[in-house]
Amino acid sequence: MVAMDSVQKWFGKLHVLQDIDLQITPGEVVVVIGPSGSGKSTLCRTINRLETIDEGVIAVDGQELPKEGKSLAGLRADVGMVFQQFNLFAHKTVLENVTLGPIKVRKHSKADADRKAHEQLRRVGVDDQANKYPAQLSGGQQQRVAIARALAMEPKVMLFDEPTSALDPEMIKEVLDSMVDLAKQGMTMVVVTHEMGFARTAAHRVSFMADGRLVEENTPNEFFTNPQSDRAKDFLGKILEH
Amino acid sequence: MDEYLPELMRRLLDGFSMTLFLLGWSALFATIVGTMLAIFRVSPVPPLRAFGTSYVNIFRNTPLVVLFILAVEGLPTLGVAIPFEWFAVVTLSTYTSAFICEAIRSGINTVDPGQAEASRSVGMTFGQTLGQIVLPQASRAVIPPLTSVYIALAKNTAIAAAFGVVEATGQLSNLIRDFAPFIYPSFFAIAGGYILIVAVISGIASALERKLAVVR
Ligand SMILES: Nc1ncnc2c1ncn2[C@@H]1O[C@H](COP(=O)(O)OP(=O)(O)OP(=O)(O)O)[C@@H](O)[C@H]1O
Ligand SMILES: [Mg+2]
Repeated sequence: MVAMDSVQKWFGKLHVLQDIDLQITPGEVVVVIGPSGSGKSTLCRTINRLETIDEGVIAVDGQELPKEGKSLAGLRADVGMVFQQFNLFAHKTVLENVTLGPIKVRKHSKADADRKAHEQLRRVGVDDQANKYPAQLSGGQQQRVAIARALAMEPKVMLFDEPTSALDPEMIKEVLDSMVDLAKQGMTMVVVTHEMGFARTAAHRVSFMADGRLVEENTPNEFFTNPQSDRAKDFLGKILEH
Repeated sequence: MDEYLPELMRRLLDGFSMTLFLLGWSALFATIVGTMLAIFRVSPVPPLRAFGTSYVNIFRNTPLVVLFILAVEGLPTLGVAIPFEWFAVVTLSTYTSAFICEAIRSGINTVDPGQAEASRSVGMTFGQTLGQIVLPQASRAVIPPLTSVYIALAKNTAIAAAFGVVEATGQLSNLIRDFAPFIYPSFFAIAGGYILIVAVISGIASALERKLAVVR
């Protein structure tokens, strides 16, 4: 569903993505984990070309990412993205946030889009907030709306970049629960997160990233109990101390 | 006095009609061109961005009087034959659009880049992202700097007087020439007219700002 082949990217002198090869099959849930600054966000953002790459190939559902313009927009419509900072459209209600893409991009009628939006909002448990503005919601509610907004486009893949890092602890669970449900329903997902609970329950695979490289890949269980590389051992040692 | 007052009224009306003519057309054209330039400057297309940047650098940094001279002397050599007041409109629009562009661009820059990223990631095109997400959120931040630009434009129309367009300031010179003893009343009448125009612009701006404030 997602195929990254020898991908290279530089930010000036910084070689932020080095030789990235990543194949994700339909329905697979991949958790990307690694120290701060290792390039996880950048990796995630190249998959819908919010960041361009310098070398290599990225394909989604067999189609290489278009460079720009309408075809790129079309591809992005098929790739859902959930941001750390939610990024809900601040001047639109929750319902409008979810219907905007289906109406403007998918050209659905407003009635159709409204109906499906309520379905998605119900799925993540925030349908009762439909007429509020984002600023009136808690962080956890906003992030669930953001998930509903992405789902309303009926994407083939969902990308999550640290979706719970900006949340208070009591809200993390409600967002993770929505994501676990999504995983169980067979959505293909790339999730940058340090939530090991999520990785253990929902992920098929953990990819460990350090210094712009995918250093180690394994099942969650193997990775957390028996990491192979020194980088991974060191990293897990640090996050397990807390 | 008997002669002065009716003449003052007539020339005030004539003068400010011309001032408003210059202001209205220049504001319209400058807003259209300035908005397009701002869109160029934030677009993903490098040549458009370069064009927008050069335009702004050239016309914002050239004194308005120099542009007037260029228009009045230069355009006729290119075969452009239009009435003087339209030379003034062309010059004022060209100059002011550079400032409008920058006012709009500064408003766009107040919008969190995450908003545009979220919009692009649901598959909206550059135009949709701008029209649906960025500009509506920039609109409130844009009003104060735009208001300053329109006020400056209202006053800049006076420069046309030096190029033979008899607008309000031109009428003031004529009044002083024809009615030398009444120099102060003439001055205050004309100045009052400009103050009124500026007050109206500011009033519209604050009404708009209040209206946009309740949207969220
Ligand atoms: N637009 C940019 N321009 C220049 N350098 C950048 C840019 N974005 C990120 N970087 C740098 O690239 C490196 C990788 O950044 P990235 O955000 O992908 O890391 P990350 O693994 O997501 O880190 P974190 O866990 O802190 O979110 C960092 O050193 C960062 O400073
Ligand atoms: Mg990151």
